[in-house]
Amino acid sequence: MTDATQGAPFPASRPTRSILSEDARTRKRNAAERRFKMYGMAALGVGIVFLVLLLTTIVRNGIPAFTQTFIVLEVPLPEATLDPNGERLEADLKKVSTFGYNPLIEQALIEATADIPTEIEDGDLDKILSASAGAILRNTVIADPSVIGTLQEFELLASSRVDGYLKGRVERADLARDNNLDAAHLDLIDVMVERGDVERRFNWQFVLGSDASESRPEQAGIGVSMIGSFFMMLVVLGLSLPIGVAASIYLEEFAPQNRLTDIIEVNISNLAAVPSIVFGILGLAAFIQFAHLPQSAPLVGGLTLTLMTLPTIVISTRAALKSVPPSIRDAALGVGASKMQSVFHHVLPLAMPGILTGTIIGLAQALGETAPLLLIGMVGFIASNYPDGVAEGFLSPNSAMPAQIYEWAKRADPAYYERAWGGIIVLLLFLLTMNLIAVLLRRRFERRW
Amino acid sequence: MTTTTLLALILILAAAGWILGRRRALAMVEGDQRQLHSLPNYYGWQVAIFVMVPAFALLALWLAIQPFAVNMGISDMIPEERVAQAGSRALVMADVRRLAGGLDTAQAAGVLTAEEARGLSVEANDIRDRLAQAGVALGSAVDAVTLRAAQRYRQLAGWGDLARNIAVIVVAVAGFALAFRAIAPAFRARNTVERAVRYLLIFAAFIAVLTTVGIFLSLIFNTVKFLGLYPAEDFFLGLNWNPSFSGRGGGSELGILPLLWGTLYISFVALVVAVPIGLMAAIYLAEYASKKVRTYAKPALEILAGIPTIVYGLFALVTVGPLLVDVFGRGGLLGVNWMQGGTAVMTAGLVMGIMLIPFVSSLSDDIINSVPQSMRDGSLGIGATHSETVRQVVMPAALPGIVGAVLLAASRAIGETMIVVLGAGAAARLSLNPFDAMTTVTAKIVSQLTGDSDFSSPEALVAFALGITLFVITLGLNVFALYIVRRYREQYE
Amino acid sequence: MDDFFQAERALSTMQDTKISARNVDVRYGDTHAIKDVSVEIADKTVTAFIGPSGCGKSTFLRCINRMNDTISIAKVTGHIDIDGEDIYDSRVDPVQLRAKVGMVFQKPNPFPKSIYDNVAYGPKIHGLAKNKAELDDIVEKALRRGAIWDEVKDRLQAPGTGLSGGQQQRLCIARAVATEPEVLLMDEPCSALDPIATAQVEELIDELRQNYSVVIVTHSMQQAARVSQKTAFFHLGHMVEFDETDKIFTNPQDSRTESYISGRIG
Repeated sequence: MTDATQGAPFPASRPTRSILSEDARTRKRNAAERRFKMYGMAALGVGIVFLVLLLTTIVRNGIPAFTQTFIVLEVPLPEATLDPNGERLEADLKKVSTFGYNPLIEQALIEATADIPTEIEDGDLDKILSASAGAILRNTVIADPSVIGTLQEFELLASSRVDGYLKGRVERADLARDNNLDAAHLDLIDVMVERGDVERRFNWQFVLGSDASESRPEQAGIGVSMIGSFFMMLVVLGLSLPIGVAASIYLEEFAPQNRLTDIIEVNISNLAAVPSIVFGILGLAAFIQFAHLPQSAPLVGGLTLTLMTLPTIVISTRAALKSVPPSIRDAALGVGASKMQSVFHHVLPLAMPGILTGTIIGLAQALGETAPLLLIGMVGFIASNYPDGVAEGFLSPNSAMPAQIYEWAKRADPAYYERAWGGIIVLLLFLLTMNLIAVLLRRRFERRW
Repeated sequence: MTTTTLLALILILAAAGWILGRRRALAMVEGDQRQLHSLPNYYGWQVAIFVMVPAFALLALWLAIQPFAVNMGISDMIPEERVAQAGSRALVMADVRRLAGGLDTAQAAGVLTAEEARGLSVEANDIRDRLAQAGVALGSAVDAVTLRAAQRYRQLAGWGDLARNIAVIVVAVAGFALAFRAIAPAFRARNTVERAVRYLLIFAAFIAVLTTVGIFLSLIFNTVKFLGLYPAEDFFLGLNWNPSFSGRGGGSELGILPLLWGTLYISFVALVVAVPIGLMAAIYLAEYASKKVRTYAKPALEILAGIPTIVYGLFALVTVGPLLVDVFGRGGLLGVNWMQGGTAVMTAGLVMGIMLIPFVSSLSDDIINSVPQSMRDGSLGIGATHSETVRQVVMPAALPGIVGAVLLAASRAIGETMIVVLGAGAAARLSLNPFDAMTTVTAKIVSQLTGDSDFSSPEALVAFALGITLFVITLGLNVFALYIVRRYREQYE
Repeated sequence: MDDFFQAERALSTMQDTKISARNVDVRYGDTHAIKDVSVEIADKTVTAFIGPSGCGKSTFLRCINRMNDTISIAKVTGHIDIDGEDIYDSRVDPVQLRAKVGMVFQKPNPFPKSIYDNVAYGPKIHGLAKNKAELDDIVEKALRRGAIWDEVKDRLQAPGTGLSGGQQQRLCIARAVATEPEVLLMDEPCSALDPIATAQVEELIDELRQNYSVVIVTHSMQQAARVSQKTAFFHLGHMVEFDETDKIFTNPQDSRTESYISGRIG
């Protein structure tokens, strides 16, 4: 009996309390409890609201980019202007430049709108069309010279202002300070819409096409930069998966417990948190300044993103290897396999689903990354050509999807904002697919030991 | 012979080595595998490794060293006045290399024969024109010094390439012979091969270290170059950021303080948004939410973390900025005129805060969940309400971990680029008004290094000095945060 | 000593009923953990629940202060009255109930706070002290009642986690009594302690009987015999037998109780 005796005896100081009625203090405490729980719900709600807000903004602003306004126009293709020699030689046909076609279009427009009263001067009528119209006519003629001398129906892109008007982006009032289009043009368009000469439909060119110059937003597409992203991802996958897996196998299965291993491990966990822009600086200094690799090339972008993705892949691969129980290793060693054989024949195949899941998530991260690409010159470049082959795909200058979106976001014409949001939808669809694959892979192969 | 053919040759030799080595091992025991120490494939691999590894190592070394050796060989051919005229030796050398490369291309394209290429002279031939035929564009007319140096360059490089090819092939064949002769039934081929694989694995693990070293070197070299051109105290203590756009005009003011201020201010706003919301959401998810809410709400929040930052940047620029102007700008809802344009500290900070919510909440969720249940039982068992338990028992227990999470989020915010490039503005400013446009370290790294600036002006090099500042700050925060989090984890393990 | 205990036990049986459970069933999802248990627990008595592991004794204990509420899949049916009030009545606030029915757990679980704050936590949240001096007084009294005052009085601001296992458990008991409960539930309070610490805690339990109704779950039959006046034997979710401790250990009525006591099952 130690000090307990000193304290005793204790009278029970509180009288017996009923638990059926809430006393005042408990009521106050329960109110605080409810308030606290509400704060939590509100915080979660705010987070979800932000998500919904973001997604609706993306969808609302981006969906219009997938449709485009076309103007149906019958254009005569007279032999006299297009092929004065009459021999249909390709060299002759090519002599007529894009500008040579513009009078034809102008004439066609005048005729098409002859019955509509308008104060627009004849020379200004073609402002409702995209500047690309001449090139479209020219390409058609060069591809099939037999159309010369006939009246052909063309679907020509409307200019971005007209497109914006029909999508509700451009108002009549906006046009007061705009010398690209007048309100009178819009009146004309209204009539043409009624007549069915103007239609809006799905725009494959946005998904598959190339970037266009600053003044022709209606023509710009994300297709070429998609290819740039694709080649970059090939580099990232081809390098970061084998290197990441090899590094993880070493660290998880072979590395002795010593200082060097510690240094490598601390290094990897810190690299994972280094800002991506710093990797951009590294890519610029190491691959472009030092190794003289070509600027703006997907290869360089891929190499830079590989270095950035490696830590993510190493961390998830190590987790996957760790989840394979030691009994598997023991079993392999027990029948006389070497350590290396036990790892490559037994542990690695079992860890593969986890490794692939981690890799896909790492790739998705790399696909959406923009900042490092800014520094190695994948922005500011107009990605107007598809690469000619695999080698060009890696080495010739290109853009990448997020870089293209950034480029569009910087351009002055608000029509490009629409393109940027549309590009984001494309990018997010890719990310969604990749993450979905990762989730399915995890579901399908998840194993509990 | 180009490097590619040389590579192919080594690979063919290695493949042959694999087949022959395997066959020899089997032949020695008359096809009875059991008498071999290792499986037959290992003997094949062993020969292949002995062919490839030394040859590739030599090739890599040679490729790295030869350019320096050749440069040394010709750099004394260039007189000082030529260097002075061009501005720097490196520029002259670049001209020489370009010319030499152009001559090679022209020869390969058949515009020039080998003799013609060697016998060109400045007076007799219009070199620029000839090269243009082969699709090589030279910036300026070629002078005699450059041409002579270029010819010498081609000669040295040619010898170097020849010597390289011979040396690499000799090494590869020697490796082949050595490994092939070593094959014997009792030879432990598997052990050799496994050791080689092990070194390969170690090398892969080392790439992470090499990356860090690469980051350090690329930042430090260029920073030292920058500090040679621009005084360090003006950079670290300067209150003005005002680079001249002419590139070489001088007179730039490159003080980092306004940028740091913008960075920290925006990060602070972001944390003010993200920490309370993220933390409370984590508490709700970990302590109150039913299983059903958790299964849907948690991934939903994590979607926010998976959205690329460029999306947030555009969101800030196009949606949030104008919205804030409508409230705080001239003629806005509040009738105040605090905000001049859509890009501002508030815009970038708010959007960055949204981005960080899932980051804070998922880290805090893990940490709250690792507080042992017995702690909660102890509190509930003496009649505390759930919120009292959370606030007075769980939170103090989880505090170190949560501090670590907040520090990690801060480091994320400081290093974030796209949101501030699009949402914060371009003007460097030391202001207290959160509705002013300000700029950050990351945004200026981007603006100083994009475009056609050459990498020798202080205006471009300052980006590396900014980079190293950013790297040191974020690294410090990360190391500290990871240390705290790890110590916290150990406490409950 | 023995005579002293005997006398006290005789006295304790005359006390009023504090807790009365009727037809209690507990289900965890598909598992039927407690099957139709009825028991009357007297005031100012130590009642022991014994039985093999997994027999439901801890589960039943956790029903008495509704700690099972914190497990979402647990479902309790039947009635448990304390002082004639049904604790599963919809008007009952479990927070008020738990202030009245304190609990000590298997593993010592001091909060990561100072010794003083550990003990002061309960009184603070229940508003038992008007000022600092009163709080100091309550903390000292509780620590004395927990038989740990002499050991910690010089380092009240030291962290509670820095104490030894036995000290931590006595601190947890002090923490539980600081809110002045009427019933004290103890879930194998000595299972994580060494024999010396166990002896100290057992001694303390006997002291506490003067003021509280103590219910203790233990899987040590010796402990039950040493500290309790009444013993209930649980087996596979059933309460097999409930009687005077002496009687259970010397003359059990049920064959399963006898098998357990004699070491054949368990």
